[in-house]
Amino acid sequence: MYRYDEFDQQIVNERVAQFRGQVARRLSGELTEDEFKPLRLMNGVYLQLHAYMLRVAIPYGTLSSRQLRMLAHLGRKYDRGYGHFTTRQNLQYNWPALKDMPDLLAELATVEMHAIQTSGNCIRNVTSDQYAGAAKAEIEDPRIISEVIRQWSTFHPEFSFLPRKFKIAVSGTPDDRAAIRVHDIGIQIVQDAKGNVGYEVYVGGGLGRTPMIGKKIGDFVPKEDLLAYLEAVMRVYNMYGRRDNIYKARIKILVHEIGAEEMKRQVEAEFAALKKEGALHLPLEEVARIEAYFRPPAFEELPNESTELNKAVLADSGFANWVKSNIAEHKVPGYAIVNISLKPIGGTPGDCSSDQMDAVADIAEKYSFDELRVTHEQNLTLAHVRKKDLHAVYEALKKHDLATANINLITDQIACPGLDYCALANARSIPIAQRISERFADIARQHEIGELKINNSGCINACGHHHVGHIGILGVDKKGVEYYQVTLGGAADEKTAIGEIVGPAFTEGEIVDAIEKIVNTYLGTRQDGERFIDTYRRVGIEPFKENLYAAH
Amino acid sequence: MAQHTRKGAQFQAVTANRLSDGIVVYLTADAGWSESLQDAAVAEGKEAAEALLAKAAPTVENNTVVEPYLFEVAREESGIRAASVRETIRQAGPTVRLDLGKQAELSGVHG
Ligand code: HEM
Ligand code: SF4
Repeated sequence: MYRYDEFDQQIVNERVAQFRGQVARRLSGELTEDEFKPLRLMNGVYLQLHAYMLRVAIPYGTLSSRQLRMLAHLGRKYDRGYGHFTTRQNLQYNWPALKDMPDLLAELATVEMHAIQTSGNCIRNVTSDQYAGAAKAEIEDPRIISEVIRQWSTFHPEFSFLPRKFKIAVSGTPDDRAAIRVHDIGIQIVQDAKGNVGYEVYVGGGLGRTPMIGKKIGDFVPKEDLLAYLEAVMRVYNMYGRRDNIYKARIKILVHEIGAEEMKRQVEAEFAALKKEGALHLPLEEVARIEAYFRPPAFEELPNESTELNKAVLADSGFANWVKSNIAEHKVPGYAIVNISLKPIGGTPGDCSSDQMDAVADIAEKYSFDELRVTHEQNLTLAHVRKKDLHAVYEALKKHDLATANINLITDQIACPGLDYCALANARSIPIAQRISERFADIARQHEIGELKINNSGCINACGHHHVGHIGILGVDKKGVEYYQVTLGGAADEKTAIGEIVGPAFTEGEIVDAIEKIVNTYLGTRQDGERFIDTYRRVGIEPFKENLYAAH
Repeated sequence: MAQHTRKGAQFQAVTANRLSDGIVVYLTADAGWSESLQDAAVAEGKEAAEALLAKAAPTVENNTVVEPYLFEVAREESGIRAASVRETIRQAGPTVRLDLGKQAELSGVHG
């Protein structure tokens, strides 16, 4: 894992001290709310429905056990004993008091963490693949350039007052688990015929009010040019991005308006100019220094098959189900990737209690080289577990209600906080996810349905990624009553697609039945081996529409 | 954002978040703030509502609360009730994690 050097630690400490002064001046009245609000947002502090909310950055989703224990401790001391992992691989506390915020951030800084770049019109915390360093077919660990981008973008004066927020995601494998095509910039690590590593660059993806899929404008940006190239993109955006209209300020609107070709031309012109100036050439020694932090841990040489594992699978059907859905293949023989579901049946997607965080920290320390990952699907991942330890890991997780066997199944839903917490919400999203989860609780039925992603957002901002759910559910407000609009056919992977609206919205009372009808339509229409999304792509929206609205 | 109130609402009260900890509070008849909706001053009609909101201004000035606004309520035998889902949730906590906080204390409100 990356460890702070003296500069990293110093800027984080200085930021805490600065914010401590700002909070004190706000509480004493020296600063008005209008003056203070942008300052608190720069430190990840929002005001929500019930209280302040603090968003803690988890750069590219990687955490050490020690850091997770700190998050658990902060949840107990300053909050109500739990936190919420988000689709941006961050953690949100729902109830910290403003007056406690400086102390909380000071404690957080002791484990090399902060809330910088979690809000405001800057380059936000970079997100990446939770399987980094463990995935088969990985070209390069995506955390290396994620960390490079973090260091380059943090407090970069040119990028601190952008037209709007800016999100970058990186994937190091052809399978995209980081949803890079729905980010302002998506970076796909690639390799040329000679084995050189470079980057495909997508721009102008995004969700929210105007969902867009990113367009590829860079086919192979060489490693040493990456920052210069990104800087060129940022300059074009800074120059032409719409500052006059908040709804048109994201880079996706710019790319949409001028077209991908013109965007590419502008970026290349700016890139050429930058290179002439002799600006940012990424120093390869610095990359190597960062790379060293992400070297593979000391894997043992193991046989790929584990007799312990095979025996346990036969003896324990609960474990067998968990292995079937929650385990992914590791690049090293004898190891596996473990996904920890934060989606217990009827629970709140992404919520994790302090006790659970401590438990996961202990398990990661004992079985997975002392570190873990947060996924954009609001789960946790232990990247490197010996296959022979899987049963012990499962048993340990089970004690803390963390062994739900549902990764990528219908109950593994994404949900934003919605109207239960969020000041911008139109409708609740968590209870809808909970009712759906309860309806489909039966594990055999879940496996029968197979891979199916349901994403819930409480308003058009799309924090719950509803546009890219195989089934998306968007909460809307019709004269004070919550309604739910359903989209079908979205996807956030390498075949990214924006879902299509199926028809009129449903009431809270109707929505779960509607989802069940959609699922049954799929089950009745699918051909051998087809997942929901495959069937949808083959037959289109019509059969779903017909079955859904026929009786209305 | 969901509507807080409705044009032509008959009864309204004033709510805000407390500056120091963000907790939801309601303006009382003596221009103080209470955590309980049942202590809220209720204004009938538009003019009375505007006058009530004006009473909150000094407490913004003296940094007690942030962003006070009017919202619609109903007066019922059991007490004051917020008209919208949003304000009911602000009053009585999230409709999830019913084991905690206001959701647990005011367990009747979400029904
Ligand atoms: C609770 C306080 C939150 C507020 C006030 C908030 C606000 C917003 C707003 C205004 C947008 C739209 C921005 C735009 O399109 O320009 C947005 C988008 C987004 N937010 Fe949030 N959000 C919150 C929570 C969350 C949470 C909990 C998550 C993760 C579960 C999240 C992740 C995202 C994502 C992924 C997007 C859409 C991607 C994009 O930027 O295009 N946000 N949020
Ligand atoms: S999608 Fe809307 S309701 Fe959900 S967290 Fe984002 S802003 Fe809030």
